[in-house]
Amino acid sequence: MPTFEYAPAPESRSVVDLQSSYGLFINGEFVDSRGGTPFKTISPATEEVLAEVCEASAEDVDRAVAAARAAFGSWSSLSGADRGKYLFRIARIMQERAREFAVLESLDNGKPIKESRDVDVPIAAAHFFYHAGWADKLAYASLGQNPRPHGVVGQVIPWNFPLLMLAWKIAPALATGNTVVLKPAETTPLTALLFAQVCQQADLPPGVVNIITGAGPTGQALIAHQDVDKVAFTGSTAVGKAIARTIAGTRKKATLELGGKAANIVFDDAPVDQAVEGIVNGIFFNQGHVCCAGSRLLVQESIAQEVEDKLKARLATLRVGDPLDKNTDIGAINSAEQLERINTLVKVGEDEGATRWSPECELPANGFWFRPTVFTGVSQTHRIAQEEIFGPVLSVLTFRTPGEAVSKANNTPYGLSAGIWTEKGSRILWMADQLKAGVVWANTFNKFDPTSPFGGYKESGYGREGGRHGLSAYVTTGAAT
Amino acid sequence: MSTDTAAPVTTASDAPARAREVLGVSRLTNTALTSWLHGLSGVDQVGAEARAASLGTRSIKTTSKAWAIDQAISMIDLTTLEGADTAGRVRGLAIRALTPDPSDLSTPRPAAVCVYGDMVGHARDVLGDSGVKVAAVATAFPSGRASLAVKLADVADAVSAGADEIDMVIDRGAFLSGDYLSVFDQIVAVKEACGDARLKVIMETGELVTYDNVRRASYLSMLAGGDFIKTSTGKVAPAATLPVTLIMLQAVRDWRGLTGQQVGVKPAGGIRTSKDAIKFLVTVHEVAGEDWLTNQWFRFGASSLLNDLILQRQKLATGAYSGADYIADDSPSLY
Amino acid sequence: MSTRTTQTRTTQTRKTPGKGTSPDRVDVRKTYKLYIGGAFPRSESGRSYEVYTTGRSPKFLANAAQGSRKDARDAVVAARKAQPGWAGATAYNRGQVLYRVAEVMESRRAQFVSEVRAAEGLTPTRAEATVSAAIDRWVWYAGWSDKYAQVLGGLNPVAGPFFNISAPEPTGVVAALAPQSSSLLGLVSVLAPIIVSGNTSVVLASQDRPVPAITLAEALATSDVPGGVVNLITGHTAEIAPWLASHRDVNAIDLTGAADVEGLTWGDLEATAATNLKRVLRPAGTTATATEPDFTTEPGLDRLEAFLETKTVWHPKGR
Repeated sequence: MPTFEYAPAPESRSVVDLQSSYGLFINGEFVDSRGGTPFKTISPATEEVLAEVCEASAEDVDRAVAAARAAFGSWSSLSGADRGKYLFRIARIMQERAREFAVLESLDNGKPIKESRDVDVPIAAAHFFYHAGWADKLAYASLGQNPRPHGVVGQVIPWNFPLLMLAWKIAPALATGNTVVLKPAETTPLTALLFAQVCQQADLPPGVVNIITGAGPTGQALIAHQDVDKVAFTGSTAVGKAIARTIAGTRKKATLELGGKAANIVFDDAPVDQAVEGIVNGIFFNQGHVCCAGSRLLVQESIAQEVEDKLKARLATLRVGDPLDKNTDIGAINSAEQLERINTLVKVGEDEGATRWSPECELPANGFWFRPTVFTGVSQTHRIAQEEIFGPVLSVLTFRTPGEAVSKANNTPYGLSAGIWTEKGSRILWMADQLKAGVVWANTFNKFDPTSPFGGYKESGYGREGGRHGLSAYVTTGAAT
Repeated sequence: MSTDTAAPVTTASDAPARAREVLGVSRLTNTALTSWLHGLSGVDQVGAEARAASLGTRSIKTTSKAWAIDQAISMIDLTTLEGADTAGRVRGLAIRALTPDPSDLSTPRPAAVCVYGDMVGHARDVLGDSGVKVAAVATAFPSGRASLAVKLADVADAVSAGADEIDMVIDRGAFLSGDYLSVFDQIVAVKEACGDARLKVIMETGELVTYDNVRRASYLSMLAGGDFIKTSTGKVAPAATLPVTLIMLQAVRDWRGLTGQQVGVKPAGGIRTSKDAIKFLVTVHEVAGEDWLTNQWFRFGASSLLNDLILQRQKLATGAYSGADYIADDSPSLY
Repeated sequence: MSTRTTQTRTTQTRKTPGKGTSPDRVDVRKTYKLYIGGAFPRSESGRSYEVYTTGRSPKFLANAAQGSRKDARDAVVAARKAQPGWAGATAYNRGQVLYRVAEVMESRRAQFVSEVRAAEGLTPTRAEATVSAAIDRWVWYAGWSDKYAQVLGGLNPVAGPFFNISAPEPTGVVAALAPQSSSLLGLVSVLAPIIVSGNTSVVLASQDRPVPAITLAEALATSDVPGGVVNLITGHTAEIAPWLASHRDVNAIDLTGAADVEGLTWGDLEATAATNLKRVLRPAGTTATATEPDFTTEPGLDRLEAFLETKTVWHPKGR
């Protein structure tokens, strides 16, 4: 019997020049925190300390917001064409330094290099390129009369797509003439800090982009800051609700991109092999750390067994391990805390009586790891069918008719995304109409593009990011007041 | 399609009987074949191509690369199919197959030499019982536009001249016009004429155009008793693309699940570099599985591929990049 | 629906209470009720409250039903039930239904003028103008029903072999606090953009000026608007609004009418609405203080957009 073992194919780390510690990026410079506590950011794949960063204090937040406020006047009065040119510069520098960003992202986040290299970084650059072109065309964007920036935007982003979420947030904000204070997640600050260097290389005017590291309290201070005019948040629904309460009664605008429990619906006339790929991509892309992950597989009973068999065979080929290995399909869980949450919910699934299955695979000794996991025999009332696990765990449910599929898919407080697999065009369009979800992928899944609005219904948040729709969150319109 | 029943492996003459069993019909009609083939799950082009592209990003290094290169060499059907072929040219190619790299005798031999029917004898003379097979294209290759009688005579001629393997072409015109039964019957007849020779069924996927057609043609060819399904003649572009081969590998994998019978896959035409060949091996490995990773079940129909594989093999052995002057080649271009 | 026929037959012109149409006849007065699920029930609470005219010497106008949280709850159930059907109607159909509302209002024009005059203390000329504007607003939004999707949606040129389209959909069930001052034009200006896209609504009428709203409900009931699409509750805004803000089966809330309501802070309602991340249309104003906007100007698309969700659909393009 021949064997085809893939030898390790690690991407070189040498492209990344890590400093031992980083300051905060305020007013175009890296500065020391005033009174903030330093903390370490580690590689989740090895638990190796990568660098020390600072938890920005309330005073730091003040300074960053003040810098953004000071820069707002000249930035917003700069011609759209010139603002656009800065964004084009940023896009180009991100492309030039793409490998550096990809390696750093995989190191800090734990995601496979093939994803950071082929998805996160190129799409992040594309977001800047896309929005650069909008900067001098806002009057044509059908946003309403006299579109103009809000002012200072406070942005808080998650750890699952650190650089990509930064791009989703910063690019439209700058294109529309706002200035930004952004806080990356505490476990993944490094690509945001590298992005700060990109802003320096692009000669972006000081204060237009400020990046402050920290955890929850820093984010809260930023969101609640009275001189912040608009907030944008991507993260959990619980924090999203807290933000909505925080800004209630103020005139602060908000976009919230929150959790999901997407149904990936496979009909018996689906292109089965591609559906299996879509299921795998839907839940195991980025270790399942995806708000729009297809975490609930709804498969028509008449092909449930065939899909399950093919899915299991496919999962057996997934390669779990070193994020920097170019052949790795599933990297590390981002943090010990997240791993704990996944373990807890998986235990719940077992206790509830669902059948747990994982392919055989060796896991590294150090770091945070979780095998790709499939629960079959899941019912809509199981917690694993209701709660967002945010990990590589798929719950498989069945249905008999399109109507039943829609009912089950919509039977959740979330409404971010959904998938439909069928070769029947009219059924796709009918299903797409019925599903309460902001993004519907038919015969594909987990596709993203700067031109394509993204965002949810119901408790998955409000506002859209990307496309012409995403711009509207960053402008106010109508007669000047 | 159900994957639970594993019918026994059948011989060529059993093909119609097995077809009736697989389809669950008492008489094999074009209607029955049509509803069976059209009932296969569809192929989404974008998804299939994305999957193939993703398999193409696997990075195969060091020891696994060395293994893959040797494996690929051993899977080659070293091919010459020119109007200008001569006895000398075919003998040269066959000698090359016996000693692919005179500077390194550990280099494995290709699986077979593939020639036109009238050249079989020349190849047979050189290859003898070396283990390198003689494969012959037949059935009015490459167009297949001849009567069945002529096609069968073509096959019989090659077999009697000593061919171990026959590469036939299907009637694409019949397939595209929905006359699946005619395609089926011709394959059955050719298989019968092959005797002990293994039959590779060339579907000419470049003329079938859609992946749905590729999947249907694959199933039809397997149902009719083909031992291998093969992409192309090499005379029509596109020839052996990775996505087409992916679809075929899924088909043989599922066919084995359905019938218990293993069928081989041969992409042919357009695979010229080691890098390409390794992508195909990765795809074999991850889609059909290790059972297909031998030249019994997977072949490359190629001519210049061997040179590049040897070039890469020399690089791995010496640590230095090699060049054409270090590759002994008996089949340079005529022009 | 049997109640509808008996209860919507009202006199064409309302006279001042206490004075009959002729000296020798005692007129028949109307009991003002809620409008829920196409029917006109009394408040489950059995309560009513006195409504007066606006002016130098306010006069007793009516006893309006004082809706309760349970009435609001029932209204949400009715709105939820009606929502799929209303959203599933064709845009052309919804446009005709809205236009029909304008037709029915026009036929009751004199009644509306008289009631707006009494409720808002306007001159006859201004009351006429206000009613005209309210009717015209239905016509304006009726025309939008099959156009806004083209204006707000479209193809997205993604970098790949995919068909990608974004289109607006109704948010679902929308609660609205109708403006306190502009009892008819303001109400219509809030209501029409909610329902034109296929949302259904639960509207709290102007607390002190509910009579034109009740008559509008009667107009709706005798037009082609399906029962449950608009549900109207009269009563104390500050009492009922928090229940709507916290209701988890309400998808969005329009706080326009939070301006000038005693005992109500719109920020509290917005905070409550975070319970299920309702979409919140804040009241007008640039500070924490809410103001009632000028409803006489052309509305623009903001209100319509506030209760839409953008849905983006991807599909591969292949052979």
